[in-house]
Amino acid sequence: MPFYVSPEQAMRDKDDYARKGVARSRSCVVLQYTGGILMVTPNVSSVLHKISEIYDRIAFAAVGRYNEYENLRKAGVTYADVTGYQFDRNDVTARGIANWYAQTLGTIFTESPKPFEVEIVVAEVGARPDSDEIYRITWDGLVSDVPGFVAFGGQVDQVSAVLKERFADGLSLTEALGVALSALAAPTAGAGAGAGSGGSGAGAGSAAAANGEAGLTAAQLEVAILDRARAHRTFRRLRGARLEELLAESRAATAAATAPPEPSAPAEEEPGGGPGSAAAPKTSGDSDEPPTGPAPGSKDGIPRPPAK
Amino acid sequence: MGGYFDGTGRQPAAFMTPRVPSFTDFLSAYAPDLLPGYRGLGGGSMPDVAGGGDLIKNLPHATTIVAAASERGVVLAGDRRSTAGNMIAKRDVEKVFRSDEFSAMGIAGVASVGLEFVRLFQVELEHYEKMEGRSLSLEGKANRLATMIRGNLGGAMQGLVVVPLFAGFDEDAGIGRIFSYDVAGGPYEEHRFHSIGSGSVFARGALKKLYSDDMQVADAVLACVQALYDAADDDSATGGPDLTRGIFPVVATITGDGFRRLPDAEAAEYAQQVVASRMRSPDGPPAPLRTAS
Repeated sequence: MPFYVSPEQAMRDKDDYARKGVARSRSCVVLQYTGGILMVTPNVSSVLHKISEIYDRIAFAAVGRYNEYENLRKAGVTYADVTGYQFDRNDVTARGIANWYAQTLGTIFTESPKPFEVEIVVAEVGARPDSDEIYRITWDGLVSDVPGFVAFGGQVDQVSAVLKERFADGLSLTEALGVALSALAAPTAGAGAGAGSGGSGAGAGSAAAANGEAGLTAAQLEVAILDRARAHRTFRRLRGARLEELLAESRAATAAATAPPEPSAPAEEEPGGGPGSAAAPKTSGDSDEPPTGPAPGSKDGIPRPPAK
Repeated sequence: MGGYFDGTGRQPAAFMTPRVPSFTDFLSAYAPDLLPGYRGLGGGSMPDVAGGGDLIKNLPHATTIVAAASERGVVLAGDRRSTAGNMIAKRDVEKVFRSDEFSAMGIAGVASVGLEFVRLFQVELEHYEKMEGRSLSLEGKANRLATMIRGNLGGAMQGLVVVPLFAGFDEDAGIGRIFSYDVAGGPYEEHRFHSIGSGSVFARGALKKLYSDDMQVADAVLACVQALYDAADDDSATGGPDLTRGIFPVVATITGDGFRRLPDAEAAEYAQQVVASRMRSPDGPPAPLRTAS
């Protein structure tokens, strides 16, 4: 005999379930630089990607359960290819794909007993930095348009705080990579310092992050760019020697910059209505969760970095 | 158009179902009317209208394509003319296309259907690459094209004939390879050089005399342009270099560095070189009568 569960309760349960799943993964960072859009996430697997190409100028980044976001990625590629074949390559837009994902995830969240434990970002590189588009879509189909930069998955508050503090318009690729790495290192670095609460915590996080960055090597990172200057397919993975080189450069630059701490101006704030409101309720949920859940993290093929 | 949502308001099942990573296969289930030719419309039948044969004959047709393997690569070139019956339909048509980073195709036959095939094949290769995270092998690409051409057999029977010439760089073997097709599919691997289209007999005859093994890429390009000139010389449907309008053959090279379409200025240089030499000897460079032993 079926029990009555109020819709509020059912939705809340699903939301909690998905949120916990996503929080167990490692964070991913997507941010603009002058030459395009940079995407960085810790990932030891060189074949099971979290960041992928969708179309000429559009990329996909996801955190959560691999099988679920891989399914979404393939669906997105198919949707983009059909649209581009039916009309023209220029008629495939990140907005269209983000809406499609939102629709799909929303339907799954409402109708299926188990919601997808994923959070995804769809980014499109424009002809100029002000025409770049970054969309963030959560497990319940909530879509938001984020200007400039976004961190999602894992301990998103601490990563976001550092990102927000250090992001500025007109970063070079090396600088952007430095910002991304320090943001990703924030949770590990901040664990001892107790960072991650509000503005003051962010400062501590980034200072500590400079030490934590060394923990991530080229082999532990998945890095890709949408290169504004390229024609046709702009998506490029940065790996191997090229990534090592960039990492070395960005660390050298960060080391030089942290000696006299540069007052970096957070050029673009997240708008109050959009991702801010989406992220706000997660704050309490995330910090309550232990960062290292048992299974899903390792299911994802992502080991925790050595706690130094 | 149905299929985005499967009617019950649930998630778009068509996109989310695990399947073979072929774009053409997906389209044939999801939106068959988007496929080239008449495959989707009632099993390949076309309305039988009086004078339909003439109608098809008078559609613009693409003509001659030549390909020649070179040292560590392959060259693909095509003239610029399309004809509709005895009329010139277009003098600057393009018939040689990049299909992906390491392959290219040229088309002969009904131009409109051919262009659709090119577009579909380009998406097909890119789709596989994005879905699987790796490129198809060169044989895989050639086989895939064969299946697509065979799919148009119904259309071909009615007169909408399209035949491609496919050339690519085999990254595993480090060599350029050429594949030809007939209306029922293929592929047939060709060695050294090949040509298709209305002027192909003349072009192949010319290439036979001009080609030598392990040619440099630049020499292979020149041989192809010479062959196209010979085809244009004897076939009314093949266009020669148009010096007054500055229209020259489309030439593409595919090597280990990937696909490269020669810029117009570079193609013009080869064409002008050929024209200049033909001023002195109109039938082109003579081949030695006896092979040196």
